Amino acid sequence: MTKQGVGARLPRKEDDRFLRGRGQFVADIRLPGLKDVAFVRSPLAHARIHGVHIPDACRGRAFNATDLAGVKPIRAVTTLPGFKVSEQWPLATDKVRQVGELLAVCVGDTRAQAEDIAAAIELDLEELPAVHDMVKARDPGSALVHEHWGDNVFLESFMEVDIEKAFDAPIKITRTLSTARQSMAPMEGRGTVAHWDHRKEQLVLHTGSQMPHIVRNGLAECLGLNQEQIRIISPDVGGGFGYKGILLPEDICLGWLAMRLGHPVRWIEDRRESLTAGANCREHHYSITAYADRDGTLRGIDCEAIVDSGAYSSYPFSACLEAAQVVSILPGPYDFPAYRCRTWSVATNKCPILPYRGVARTGVCFALELVLDAIAREIGMEPHELRLKNLVRPEQMPFDNITKKHFDSGDYPQALNRAIAMSRLDEVRARQAQGEADGRLIGIGHSIYCEQGAHGTSVYSGWGIPMVPGHEQATARMTPDGGLELRVGVHSHGQSMETTFAQVAHEVLGIDTARIKLVHGDTEYTPYSTGSWGSRSMVMAGGAVATACKEVARLAARIGAHLLQADLAEVVIKDGFAVAPSGQVSLQEIAHTWYRRPQDLPAGIDPHGLESTIGYKPVRDTGTFSYAAHVVVVAVDPELGDIEILDYVIVEDGGKLVNPMVVDGQIYGGLAQGIGTALYEEMQFDASGQPLASTFADYLLPGPTEVPEPRLDHMEFLAPYTEFGVKGIGEGGAIAPPAAIGNAVNDALKGIGAELLHSPITPRRVLEAIEAAKVAKLAGSVA
Amino acid sequence: MKPVRFDYERPVEIGAALALMQDEGRVVKIIAGGQSLGPMLNMRLVQPELLVDITAIPALKRIEDTGSDLIVGACVTHADFEDRRVPDVTAGALAGVARGIAYRAVRNRGTVGGSLTHADPSADWISILSAVGARVILRSASGVREVAVEDYMLGALAADLNPGELLEAVRIPKCSASARWGYFKSCRKTGEFAHAIGAVLVDPDRGVFRAVMGATETRPILVIDRAALFGASGFSTGAAEEVAQAAGMGDLLDRRTHAVALRRAFEQADAA
Ligand SMILES: Cc1cc2nc3c(=O)[nH]c(=O)nc-3n(C[C@H](O)[C@H](O)[C@H](O)COP(=O)(O)OP(=O)(O)OC[C@H]3O[C@@H](n4cnc5c(N)ncnc54)[C@H](O)[C@@H]3O)c2cc1C
Repeated sequence: MTKQGVGARLPRKEDDRFLRGRGQFVADIRLPGLKDVAFVRSPLAHARIHGVHIPDACRGRAFNATDLAGVKPIRAVTTLPGFKVSEQWPLATDKVRQVGELLAVCVGDTRAQAEDIAAAIELDLEELPAVHDMVKARDPGSALVHEHWGDNVFLESFMEVDIEKAFDAPIKITRTLSTARQSMAPMEGRGTVAHWDHRKEQLVLHTGSQMPHIVRNGLAECLGLNQEQIRIISPDVGGGFGYKGILLPEDICLGWLAMRLGHPVRWIEDRRESLTAGANCREHHYSITAYADRDGTLRGIDCEAIVDSGAYSSYPFSACLEAAQVVSILPGPYDFPAYRCRTWSVATNKCPILPYRGVARTGVCFALELVLDAIAREIGMEPHELRLKNLVRPEQMPFDNITKKHFDSGDYPQALNRAIAMSRLDEVRARQAQGEADGRLIGIGHSIYCEQGAHGTSVYSGWGIPMVPGHEQATARMTPDGGLELRVGVHSHGQSMETTFAQVAHEVLGIDTARIKLVHGDTEYTPYSTGSWGSRSMVMAGGAVATACKEVARLAARIGAHLLQADLAEVVIKDGFAVAPSGQVSLQEIAHTWYRRPQDLPAGIDPHGLESTIGYKPVRDTGTFSYAAHVVVVAVDPELGDIEILDYVIVEDGGKLVNPMVVDGQIYGGLAQGIGTALYEEMQFDASGQPLASTFADYLLPGPTEVPEPRLDHMEFLAPYTEFGVKGIGEGGAIAPPAAIGNAVNDALKGIGAELLHSPITPRRVLEAIEAAKVAKLAGSVA
Repeated sequence: MKPVRFDYERPVEIGAALALMQDEGRVVKIIAGGQSLGPMLNMRLVQPELLVDITAIPALKRIEDTGSDLIVGACVTHADFEDRRVPDVTAGALAGVARGIAYRAVRNRGTVGGSLTHADPSADWISILSAVGARVILRSASGVREVAVEDYMLGALAADLNPGELLEAVRIPKCSASARWGYFKSCRKTGEFAHAIGAVLVDPDRGVFRAVMGATETRPILVIDRAALFGASGFSTGAAEEVAQAAGMGDLLDRRTHAVALRRAFEQADAA
């Protein structure tokens, strides 16, 4: 390893501009003649549209669905049997199905003026009963989000393996658990600046996107354009987490406006739009029964789960990404013999549910890990000992679990053991037994999960969603003065790719990372890619970069052999030089020769020059499995329900870490979001489907004082199928915290008999659980 | 989230501000620190035609010692209290509480007059100033009147302010050397509005006992009769819960949380 290559804690190339406030985000783009856009949004969750009246004074500056005739709706269809299709029109046509759905689009010189116009549009809506509760949405007689379906179910998924063999287990634990609906909160919201380029006859859409090429696919289909007529530019992106992978109706409206009006238009989402109409995610409901022997051996899991998918299937991930995945990922890293799981992706009158960091796994981990702790409490066992009995063991690797997930490598028991040791469990137990002077209750809890990342064609072809990843391509190209350009179709929304891909290229070619430039975020200049999602970018695009660089190395060796008058077989590329027994020549000189002094090259030289575009897939594309054990110590105030995190330990295996500092950053950020899920974030709705939080005063996010600095430890079990042995690690930090914190709180309250089964665990919920336990105890003693 | 168009004036005298507020032809709104009004303007919950910025009026930043009281101008900021540019007459209570309001950026601009007039039940000034027995001085073109802080709030987001009237200053009675105070607020994160507040001032030399349960659905609950809260064995959480119930707090857990907050405020006062 060199100090810039794979494994180096290289400072981020991006930091200089970001720390000086010189990043360029969509809202920083200024184009001559730019006008601002505001939308008229539905104030109702469910209503029939009788009219969206544009006053004469606003004609030409406001448009409704009639004006957009010819534009096609967003259809995110899967090939899973039984999936029901929704059509999301850019501006609603017959019905509105969620608060915030677009009804008209208004253009002004400023955003304020556009909002003035929006306020003048008259709506004639007939309110319909709203479907606001995913559990009741399946009851016969429920109002219907899409009438012609006949029910409110996008998709039902099911799997069963020998479940009846578990029924005679001596321990049977049943729990109902749920996670609240959340709203992702990247610092930068969504935003789009669109204009028509007359020279190129091209619609140019600047939009902060994790997946520029996928946006182009969807946009071309909705607007009826050829792909070469659309260019998507994604500049600096201020956080995405999944929200910026989605094709929004707003994007389509902006594209249409740019073509219709002939001047640039801009929409910058404000926080109210983001919270109430945009970034919803996570809402799960589980009924789980776990079967076990008295020694803690798991005999089987039986589960029914519902995911509130909202009103429409979002593009490209669809409405069933979460619920259908629950079936296959619920078993987590455990090895047990019997399983049954049935899930429903349910339509409601809420925002479409979108993939959020950890997609489905955060809910699954919360549900399963809390149930495991409930078993441990029932049989009086330390929870980690129960887990050690059931975790997949290192000697089983690679391991196909009960749902046929292929675990590639790792030592899960070791991760848990190390985390428990770091947390000093014995000392915590002693402190817990002693009691606190201030009356607070101490609890320790943990959770462990696996994060399948970079899963490819073999996995996604089964889903048949609009986006199935294939070979990931990258271009590596030397410049005439010895620098290197890399082009990738994934896009960084905070992952430090400018740094880490340069490290990968440096590892192969030895070119100084300062001379390696990453070109990304522009469909005009980058190879097709499904983009950055599913913890895939380093595995897939990093693998492609390495492969392309190896090809450049091969080409450079040929020129080097000629210049050194050496045998090609003797030449190796090392530290930026072509080295042969006869001497060495720098890559810089090789590039200079190829581009500037072709007369020095022989006639038969390889015409590929010093440039390569090449596709990459891991040896097996069923995904890498990274994992971590989280242990947390909390103090619970039983009088007020407040929870303080006293210590947080994470032991993680991400395979080969390309830049450990960047990995740590990913874990810190994920942890902050996981703490948000565990303790703060909740988008509540009333019975008419109205979201109850429209600002950060009501939608609470953890801040710097609420997020502890975790103590981290890494293990590096190399992935067997990927370049360098890397594993995807982007999401894990956000998966485990709600489960670990939930278990810690339940550990603290076990003496009282209170148990928390719903996230976020708010002071109110803690007090209610304590109250319920007191009432139950009283009833017990009376009886 | 952009406000409607409005005119903007920034007078330097109270008289000029009062005159602008007489404007019959326009919807007039006062802005001080803008920390509560700003978001409301942006969300178009308030749509004024004229905004009168009162922060350039020196008289509204005046601090005067009358001997028995300290008069603090309406536009004195939370940070002015925190940094002790406002002389301490409450054994450190006001500076201590100011430090816990929102975040520093908000404290730099937010004013005591704006906070009281915005009348958010969860805000800090309304509770602690009720506990220390402060009064607001209200001025209009026709004269001046004074109201106790706890009466100034009529209910959530409603202050006893007549059209054309301005909150000019807050009158804070000076504590004696025997005074002790306590302030406990229950909130889920730093800078968040409170879910329950307990605020206490006990000043034996002046014969003052004031206990406040704040951050209710409406006005703070003020108790000046020690016997309503203390029994033979000291502070009674149950008694405090009964006081809250009598004041209309319907929810059991709410009452309990407020009673606990008040008990902790007393514990803090005792420890001082
Ligand atoms: C993120 C955030 C967190 C916050 N957290 C807290 C908290 O923890 N605790 C807390 O107490 N507060 C909190 N606040 C509110 C903050 O303290 C505000 O500063 C305060 O409520 C309003 O003061 P202002 O000077 O900004 O008033 P403005 O916003 O300018 O005005 C508020 C209202 O008062 C009226 N008004 C202002 N001055 C006068 C006057 N002299 N006479 C008559 N009417 C007047 C205005 O017309 C308006 O209706 C928070 C605010 C923010 C933005």
